[in-house]
Amino acid sequence: MSKGDKYLSRAVLDLAPSGIRRFFDVASQMEGVISLGVGEPDFVTPWHIREACFDSLERGYTMYSSNQGIIELREEIAKYMYRTQGLSYDPEEEVLITVGVSEATDLILRALLMPGEEVMIPEPSYVSYVPCTIMAGGKPVILCTDAEHEFRLTAEELAGKITEKSKALILSYPNNPTGAIMEREDLEALVDIIIKHDLIVISDEIYGELTYGGKKHVSIATLPGMKERTIVLNGFSKAFAMTGWRIGYACGDPDIIGAMNKIHQYTMLCAPMMGQRAALEALRHGESEMLRMVEDYDRRRRLVLKGFREIGMPCFEPEGAFYVFPSIARTGLSSVEFSEKLLREEKVAVVPGDAFGSCGEGFIRCCYAYSVEHIQQALDKINNFIDRNEKKTP
Amino acid sequence: MSLSKKILDLLARDARHTPYQIAAMLNEDEERVAQEMARLEKERIIVGYYAVVNWEKAGEEGVTAMVDVKVAPEREVGFDAIANRICRFPEVRDVCLMSGTYDLSVTVQGKDLKDISAFISQKLATMPSVQSTTTHFVLKQYKLEGFIFDEKEADRRLVVSP
Repeated sequence: MSKGDKYLSRAVLDLAPSGIRRFFDVASQMEGVISLGVGEPDFVTPWHIREACFDSLERGYTMYSSNQGIIELREEIAKYMYRTQGLSYDPEEEVLITVGVSEATDLILRALLMPGEEVMIPEPSYVSYVPCTIMAGGKPVILCTDAEHEFRLTAEELAGKITEKSKALILSYPNNPTGAIMEREDLEALVDIIIKHDLIVISDEIYGELTYGGKKHVSIATLPGMKERTIVLNGFSKAFAMTGWRIGYACGDPDIIGAMNKIHQYTMLCAPMMGQRAALEALRHGESEMLRMVEDYDRRRRLVLKGFREIGMPCFEPEGAFYVFPSIARTGLSSVEFSEKLLREEKVAVVPGDAFGSCGEGFIRCCYAYSVEHIQQALDKINNFIDRNEKKTP
Repeated sequence: MSLSKKILDLLARDARHTPYQIAAMLNEDEERVAQEMARLEKERIIVGYYAVVNWEKAGEEGVTAMVDVKVAPEREVGFDAIANRICRFPEVRDVCLMSGTYDLSVTVQGKDLKDISAFISQKLATMPSVQSTTTHFVLKQYKLEGFIFDEKEADRRLVVSP
């Protein structure tokens, strides 16, 4: 028995290692890799936001903030939620600043779950929900989404997985890794079931600003009867190109936000002050630059989508985030085999779909937050790869 | 926004975009984009294409000067006739009519100081309607045409991330 096994907690030992981590280890060892494998913007944080951070450092904003976060930022977030979604939150009690949506996800699950209670998680989805649910003592229940339904969660799938122990539903739309969105009518179809079974919705809207083709993101909290049972999670990483700043937030019922803050004050104390000051600038003056970035993603989205379709890799049109999720079925390879082989033979890094749950098998995630030239190069290489690796029909 | 405006927007940022890429990005027909580009070129709305070069880094020594030129406007044509004449010199890179204390801002390129002063004293300042010139030599270029020369913002992202 290794030392690790002896000293480490059973809960941690039993956690499955991240499929992305393993793939990262391989890809990062190679020279000259053309990657479509990242999960973040290619833009650097807009300059005025960085300037605001310098200014805050000069003025000595280097201390703790209140646990909930600086009030000016909470007020701006409340205004932003009202401006963009028509949702009213009291910045005093209904908004909590966190260290990215990652911390907020952990907080809400720990605040809600009693041992064995179930959290319903649509997959493919971001890699944290399942392990965070397990670490909070809950039981993840996977809801499958598929290409046929453009990776949207259907009422049938939700209804079919509800048990007496169902406590919460995670919605993460626009979705990483598929780029899927949930439109108003898709969400409306879920509301009756959610209310009937008294579920809490954890709505991770980190890609909410990144929607395309005239489709505006709709938060499920805006639907009748849903605000009081929805915790909206969002942050600055994607829309404002601020991944490294680690600033997120949660909005919702004051008792739930209060409970999250209770954990947050003991484990994190507060989100970094400099990041909070920068986030304040982003909300006050960053919207036009953000919209410019969204338009830029949209153009590259169309380019990459057309590219995959011309290669002959079927791909539903993603209307959010900055990913496409093409099918690799015609190669007959698993998503891990495909990605490893593509990396070895063409030095192109993509992320195997099954890293986001078993429903992602048969697909790869490709990020288009890269220059046009870079995208074109990667597509050309994927095209060569497909030509060589097409499944031979007997 | 019109198609031509969208095309111009993309090409102004990177002239290497092909009609195929532009068409894909704008969800337009490639043939239509190519035709529109040809029209923009023919009508000289797109005047030319070139690379933005950091000549100093390329090891090419050269001198750039910005010359403030005061001129006497002419009847009927105002400043246009003299501006157009100045434009014709191959040494001249940019010519703009300015508000303020002088009239034309002329950017001149040459291989050295002597080269530029010869151009100014012998060709520019001697033109009949030119009344005076004030020459400012460029000591160091930091940004050109929207591109920062000493760009420190490399792609620092991990190769793969969730």
